[in-house]
Amino acid sequence: MEKQYETVIGLEVHVELATKTKIFCGCSTAFGGAPNTHTCPVCTGMPGTLPVLNGQVLEYAVAVGLATNCSITRYCKFDRKNYFYPDNPQNYQISQLYLPICRNGHVDIETEGGVKSIGIHEIHMEEDAGKLIHDEWEDVSLVDYNRSGVPLIEIVSEPDMRNAQEVIAYLEKLRMTIQYLGASDCKLNEGSMRADVNLSVREVGSTELGTRTEMKNLNSFRAITRAITGERERQIELLERGESVVQETRRWDDAREVSYAMRSKEDAQDYRYFPDPDLVPIQLDDAFIERVRAGQPEFREEKMERYRREFDIPDYDTRIITGSKHMADLFEATVELCHQPKKVSNWLMGETLRLLKEREMDPEDIRFTPAHFAKLIDLTERKVINTTVAKEVFEEMFDRDVDPEGYVEDKGLKMVGDGNALRKTVEEVIAANPQSVADYRGGKEKAIGFLVGQTMKAMKGKADPASVNQLLKELL
Amino acid sequence: MAHVIDDETIEYVGILAKLELSEEEREQAKKDMGSMLDYIDKLGELDTTDIEPMSHVFPVQNVFREDVVTSGDMREQMLANAPQEKDGMFVVPKTFEG
Repeated sequence: MEKQYETVIGLEVHVELATKTKIFCGCSTAFGGAPNTHTCPVCTGMPGTLPVLNGQVLEYAVAVGLATNCSITRYCKFDRKNYFYPDNPQNYQISQLYLPICRNGHVDIETEGGVKSIGIHEIHMEEDAGKLIHDEWEDVSLVDYNRSGVPLIEIVSEPDMRNAQEVIAYLEKLRMTIQYLGASDCKLNEGSMRADVNLSVREVGSTELGTRTEMKNLNSFRAITRAITGERERQIELLERGESVVQETRRWDDAREVSYAMRSKEDAQDYRYFPDPDLVPIQLDDAFIERVRAGQPEFREEKMERYRREFDIPDYDTRIITGSKHMADLFEATVELCHQPKKVSNWLMGETLRLLKEREMDPEDIRFTPAHFAKLIDLTERKVINTTVAKEVFEEMFDRDVDPEGYVEDKGLKMVGDGNALRKTVEEVIAANPQSVADYRGGKEKAIGFLVGQTMKAMKGKADPASVNQLLKELL
Repeated sequence: MAHVIDDETIEYVGILAKLELSEEEREQAKKDMGSMLDYIDKLGELDTTDIEPMSHVFPVQNVFREDVVTSGDMREQMLANAPQEKDGMFVVPKTFEG
C-alpha cells in the first residue's frame, strides 16, 4: 500500500505595528517617503547612539498577547541577533530571544473540519530592516533605511496546523484580531503582515516531527496555499526517492510556482544572541496589564453576537460587516445616526462591496463618513431622490466623500414632488404614445413599463417610478 | 592555559565576524580567546546559589519614549557618512536573494 503523509505546519508571522514612530527612535514610520528621509543616527546604526523603547510598541504587543490568550512576561528584555547584511546597518537586529513579551497563547480557528485551537508559542518585539533595491544600471545594490527600526511583533505558532485551509483560517483570525485592536493594518500585499511557513511531512500515525523547511516571500493567501501544496509535494518526493529533507530556508517564486534554497553554506546560522546593553529591562506590573486589558475592544465574535441580538439583518451581512473593523465601525456609527440597520446593511452589501471590488480596494480603505452615509439614506427614505439617482450620489460619496445633500442640491437631482408637473408630463406621454396606450388597454400589462420609462426620461430621472406607475394607471 | 582554541574554531569565528586574519593574527587571537575563556571559568568558581541572573548592570528599568515624531528629514547628514551614494540611497556591493 502507498504511504500516507501528513503535513505539519507552524507559522512565523511578522506584523508591522501602527505606531507613528519607530521602535527605538523618533523617526516617522509613514509609508512611501522618499528614500532615507525617515532616518536618524539611531536607525542607521551610527556608533554611540542610544535606542529608547517606544512605549506604544510595548502596549500593542501586550494587547495582542492578551487577545491571543498569552501569558505576559512580567520581566522582559531585548537581545541582539548578530548578522551581517546591508539591510541591517547595526550588524545586529534588536529582538527578544530569552524573555519574549508574550508566551503560551492560543487562538481558535474555524474550518470545514470544525473548531480547532492553534497554539501560540511566543510573541516578541523586534525592529524591521531596511530595504535593498537592485540598481538597474550598475552592478550594485542601493539601501533605503526608512523601514529600518519600524516596530514589528513576531508571532510564533506551535506546529499545530495540518493544511493550507487551517493556515489561512489562522492568519485571518490573527489579522482580524490585530485590526480590531488597531495595532496594525495587516496588509499582506504591502508587507505589514508577513508569514513564513515552517513545513514538514511525516507518515500518518507517526508522532515524531519530520525535518522542516522555512518558506519565505509569501505575499498573498493564494501564494501561501500554493507554496504549501508545492512544498508538501517536494518533500514527499524526496522521501519516496529515499532521500532526506534538508533543514533550510527557501524562497517561494509565485510566478513560477517553485521554491529554491536561499542561503549558502558559507552563511552560518549562528546569531550569537546576547542581552542588549543599551536597553534597560522592562518590569510590568498588574496595573499596566489591567489597563491594557481594559482597553481591549469588542472582538468579532462578540460583535456578531450583539448584531444578532440588536439588528434585524441577515447573518451573512453580519459576517461580512464584522469581517472588517472599519466597516463595522462605519455600520454602527451610521445606524446610530439614521436608525435604519437594514438599509445601512443593504448599501454596504450592495453598492459598497461592488465599488470596493471594482476599485480593487479593501474595506479598510473606505473614506466616506457615517454622517454623509446617513444623509444619503435619509434622502432616499424621504423620497427626495429615487434609487437610480441615489446610486449615482453614492458613487460620488464613495469616491470623494461628497455631502449627498449638497450634491443633490447642486446637480438638481431632487425628485419632482410637485404633483401637477408630474401629472402634466404623464398626460403628455400618454398623448404621444397612442400605440402603447392601446396595448395596455388591450391587456398588455407590460406596455405600462414603456410609458413609465418615457415619463422618467421626460422628467430627466427625477421622479419616483412608483408614483409614475400609479399615476399612469390612474389616468389610463 | 586550560582552554585551547583549535584552528577550526578560530576559522569559524573569523567567518562569523567577517574577519580575515593573517597567520600571526590567528595565533594571537587563539591565545587571547583561550585566556578569556579561562577568565570566565574563574567566575564559574564563585558560589552563585540564590543569586538572580543579571542581564543589565544599571539599577534602572522601564525607560520609554512617547510615540511622537521628534526627528525630521536628516537624509543629507546620514548620507554624508556613506562612502558612496546614489539617488538618495547608500550604495553597497550587489546583494542577491538566493
